[in-house]
Amino acid sequence: MKLVSRLRVLLAALLFSLAGHAAAQNNLEINTPAISALQKSMQQRHAQLAPLYASGALGLARDGTVALRDASSVPLAQRGQINALVSAENADRAALYREIARANGRPEWEADVRATFAQRWIDRAQKGWWVQGAGGWVQK
Amino acid sequence: MHSAPRLALCAMLLAITSACVTINIYFPAAAAEKAADRIIDEVWQLRDNAGQPARPEGAAQ
Repeated sequence: MKLVSRLRVLLAALLFSLAGHAAAQNNLEINTPAISALQKSMQQRHAQLAPLYASGALGLARDGTVALRDASSVPLAQRGQINALVSAENADRAALYREIARANGRPEWEADVRATFAQRWIDRAQKGWWVQGAGGWVQK
Repeated sequence: MHSAPRLALCAMLLAITSACVTINIYFPAAAAEKAADRIIDEVWQLRDNAGQPARPEGAAQ
């Protein structure tokens, strides 16, 4: 009798700890003013970036950034403007990865957050866009 | 007689502590993926345009 009740208590404790564990890992905090601002800025820039992804001038790189893949597909006069767009986008992305890690109290997670995003940008890229795989650039 | 509640308390504390340590050490990959998808939806406007794609897939080239 005593052993049964002890086992029951142990089982309850185990289930309790597992439930707490699952709840804590269920979501990452992304609703902070800094993250929202970065998201908005990237969303606005996307209108200019989308045609460049489609033309192959820009590609989604393995490190979670946007890269100038084929400069020759862009008229010389526009290259400066595109370089500025790419730098601005990559600055926002770097800040986004850092902010997500910080918002969750784990600044050391920044590289993991970046790697996760890199994979998801690539997985979710539209057909025709260029993405960087282990063996180089491929068109989706 | 007193040992059962004490054992239960010990087990519970141990379980909670080990759960906390796990959370602190390991990167929550699944949660991060979910968070990434939510942000990508917003940035690329995938949810809003889902019903009416701007251009049909495979139309270019």
